[in-house]
Amino acid sequence: MPESLKSTAIKSWHVQHGGRMVPFAGWEMPVQYTTGPTLEHNTTRQIAGLFDIDHMGQMEIRGPDAEEFVNQMITYDVRRMKLFDAHYALLCYADGGCVDDLFVYKLPDEKSKKEQHYYFLAINASNCEKDVAWVKSHSLGHRVEINDISDETYMLAFQGPKAPEIMNRLTHINIEKVPRFTSAIDTIFGDIPVLLGRTGYTGEDGFELFFPAKHALKVWEGILEAGKADGIIPVGLAARDSLRFEACMPLYGHELSSDISPVEAGFSFAISFEKDFIGREALLKQKLEKTKRTLIGFEMVEKGVAREHYPVLKDGREIGWVPSGMFSPTNKKYLGMAYVFREFSTVDTEIEVVIREKPVKAKIVKKPFYTPAYKR
Amino acid sequence: MNIPATNKYTNNDEWIKVDGNIGTIGISDYAQEQLSDIVFVEITVSIGDVIKQGDSCATIESVKAAADVYAPASGKVIAINESLPDKPETVNSDPYGDAWMVKIELSNPSEIDSLLDASAYEALIKSKE
Repeated sequence: MPESLKSTAIKSWHVQHGGRMVPFAGWEMPVQYTTGPTLEHNTTRQIAGLFDIDHMGQMEIRGPDAEEFVNQMITYDVRRMKLFDAHYALLCYADGGCVDDLFVYKLPDEKSKKEQHYYFLAINASNCEKDVAWVKSHSLGHRVEINDISDETYMLAFQGPKAPEIMNRLTHINIEKVPRFTSAIDTIFGDIPVLLGRTGYTGEDGFELFFPAKHALKVWEGILEAGKADGIIPVGLAARDSLRFEACMPLYGHELSSDISPVEAGFSFAISFEKDFIGREALLKQKLEKTKRTLIGFEMVEKGVAREHYPVLKDGREIGWVPSGMFSPTNKKYLGMAYVFREFSTVDTEIEVVIREKPVKAKIVKKPFYTPAYKR
Repeated sequence: MNIPATNKYTNNDEWIKVDGNIGTIGISDYAQEQLSDIVFVEITVSIGDVIKQGDSCATIESVKAAADVYAPASGKVIAINESLPDKPETVNSDPYGDAWMVKIELSNPSEIDSLLDASAYEALIKSKE
């Protein structure tokens, strides 16, 4: 393992418990435990799984101009958000390409005497430094304070149908009063302050937890203990990827990048065209004129694992490429997503994926492969 | 780690079990554990093919990676495990039994002597860890 990799505060727990550590986005993270990715995936769908995702970054934006400034930076209109809401959004370049995708939280500003709020952004590990620099580079003339709080903030995800019930045993608040895409501030395991987002990236109900990093082990072991009788387990990055994949949630560097816009990816729900923001003009043009390529889902008709970068053919002609593909543990099928020219993007279109230089038959199917189980 | 003494092994984690002049080929318990959950198997040779030691005879894919299976010895393919592609997870659950991949009629049985026996293979695995 290269020495320059960062590791999370509970790395030794992972190693002691059979975690297989791999480099990911500059971090040394557990890709799986001895349970294996398929069982970890299925347990998350059926019961619940706990994920160490402290590699992810967090940024807060405070100050009198925070709302106007955040709105200028991200695609979603934060004026639509109520206090404690959490929403998916994107940071875009002027040409519509993505700097990153993120979750934005609107939270009460306890540091402010006035009834102010601030914005809390959960961002990708691989983009953390880039995001903070990008946001800061646009802050001149705005009365905002931008803080990268990734180091002192620990992040875990607790996902699965049993997660709310188990979490309810640990919180003071009634979790049922925290609907999907909202959040709450509470204390757990004594006096550990926690921000609980009813969000996640698996297609399941559950939470993303943010709390002071020094309590990482206590919270990690505490949740595992609280859900032990229910059968919850720690889950590695491989299952995290297959869970988000089945729900057709994008992963930066795959379905989204500086060369791919959120309109091409089909995430217009996270774009508020009625306000101004960086990239609006380019994205609006794409939406109105339709993009040349679009993101589709496909199912292999012949057996084969379609992996990232594999070319996609229609009648022998290259029409696109695969950003993510795998064997879906829930559907028990070989599935993938692909960027293809729009004229070949309708459901049931027969295509071929080039696997080890051999075209293998597939057909376009509806996305997502797994419909999220939670109530919105 | 299961390393049956009845088999011979390659540096690349294949096994071959010799019965008379017939060799049965698969991947080791250590290999399946390293690869983790196997989701795809394709036997890339057909009955009647003549293969040389080191030729690829199957492709397997785990959740995260693809790997070739190389023939531990030369010979003519006399059987392939046709049911394995429909249940690739067998490679994880029974790597030395139901997850055999190819049977060959050995054309150069002396090649077997150059392969690792169970204790030499065990030492090789230990050196990798």
